[in-house]
Amino acid sequence: MKLPAFDYAAPQTLAEAIELLVANEDALPLSGGQSLIPILAFRLAAPSLLVDLRRIPGLDTITLSERGIGLGARVRWCDIEADQRLATAHPLLADAVTYIAHYPIRSRGTVGGSIAHADTAAELPGIAVTCDAEITAVGRNGARTIAAKDFFTGPMMTSLAHDELVTELRLPPWPAARCWAFEEFARQHGAFALAGIALYYDVRDGVAANVHIGVIGASAQLQRIAEAEAVLNGRAVDDAAILQTAQAAAAAIDPADDIDAPAAYRRALVETLTARALKRAASRPR
Amino acid sequence: MQTKFNVNGKTHAVDVEPRLTLVDCLRYTLGLTGTHVGCEHGVCGACTVIIDGKPARACLMLAVQADGANIETVESLADGDTLAPLQASFRRHHALQCGFCTPGMLMTAHALLSTEPDCDENRIREALSGNLCRCTGYIGIVEAVLEARAAYKAPKRGGTP
Repeated sequence: MKLPAFDYAAPQTLAEAIELLVANEDALPLSGGQSLIPILAFRLAAPSLLVDLRRIPGLDTITLSERGIGLGARVRWCDIEADQRLATAHPLLADAVTYIAHYPIRSRGTVGGSIAHADTAAELPGIAVTCDAEITAVGRNGARTIAAKDFFTGPMMTSLAHDELVTELRLPPWPAARCWAFEEFARQHGAFALAGIALYYDVRDGVAANVHIGVIGASAQLQRIAEAEAVLNGRAVDDAAILQTAQAAAAAIDPADDIDAPAAYRRALVETLTARALKRAASRPR
Repeated sequence: MQTKFNVNGKTHAVDVEPRLTLVDCLRYTLGLTGTHVGCEHGVCGACTVIIDGKPARACLMLAVQADGANIETVESLADGDTLAPLQASFRRHHALQCGFCTPGMLMTAHALLSTEPDCDENRIREALSGNLCRCTGYIGIVEAVLEARAAYKAPKRGGTP
């Protein structure tokens, strides 16, 4: 369908963009547009004004430091794919991005757009929650930093205020020896995940420690699966531990029963994908 | 709203509603009907054009967002009646039947081969996975793109093989 009518502004500064949001209660920010434009085409939203962030400087950089990895809000998927440093600096992120949509979408879609859109089947929000990332948002009252687990409040819902814009996603530093894997099941490559598992752990004295397991697509809430993490923490990652962790993950989630898949199917996917991811994480050469 | 961008080497200044998508602007404002509009929500890939060197869905972009951009459409490929090597390869390999998806297929492949002329079949299939074709079964398309790679490689210098 053709888009509903709206006004459009492309401010030069973050402050101007925030002013426009403050002054227009039905305004929406526009980043890469790869989710927002389809929403408008389906007439699921009717903003009075789109505030395009494309001219705002300083939002398109990827920074690596002892504080971790900083992804500016307007960093695109193709920028992450092209940044060779990330293959070692954050291999889980680099791998997960290859599952995002398709080649022409990846040249427009952005980090900030995906985070603010907060689709529970989306890869980057899942990585953010799994990795205990922090999100910086700037609004009329200045900047604040929000833990990913507090940022995502439900399907396509966040704790952002109307006047706040995501400026950066910060992932904590990644030890080189960390074990990790990302597994996703979708009907076609690039389609929305029916379920996906992102996980990592560190090996200390021969057993798994600091286990982080996150789920996308199969849960109404972007979340880590504490029950599954608890099963694996302190254990050697052997076949029995993998099976029990996968079963715990499947038991802990509350998947949707919808047109795309019955809940039992998604639950089975989570068990299979968790087991597959743990096997891959344990067997990958380090 | 006044917007100015470059399409296939020519600057266009247009006055458009903000809600007009780039693909509708190309087709109906500028009369460049080579770019096709299919699903209008980013799924089919028929409207794929190249924006500042990167492939993009012209239905998932507002014309006003393209202000200052360099846009390449399927009309940029052929030289008059002489098909570009990629197009000629599509013809040789029967990479189209109805032709509706072809402009998007060509521009996605053109973007890929312009930056990755040495890509393998898996990469080609992955890159084209966002373009739907309901006629061919894709085999001819993939073969055409594989063969067209040669035309995108830098010409060899000197006499050594």
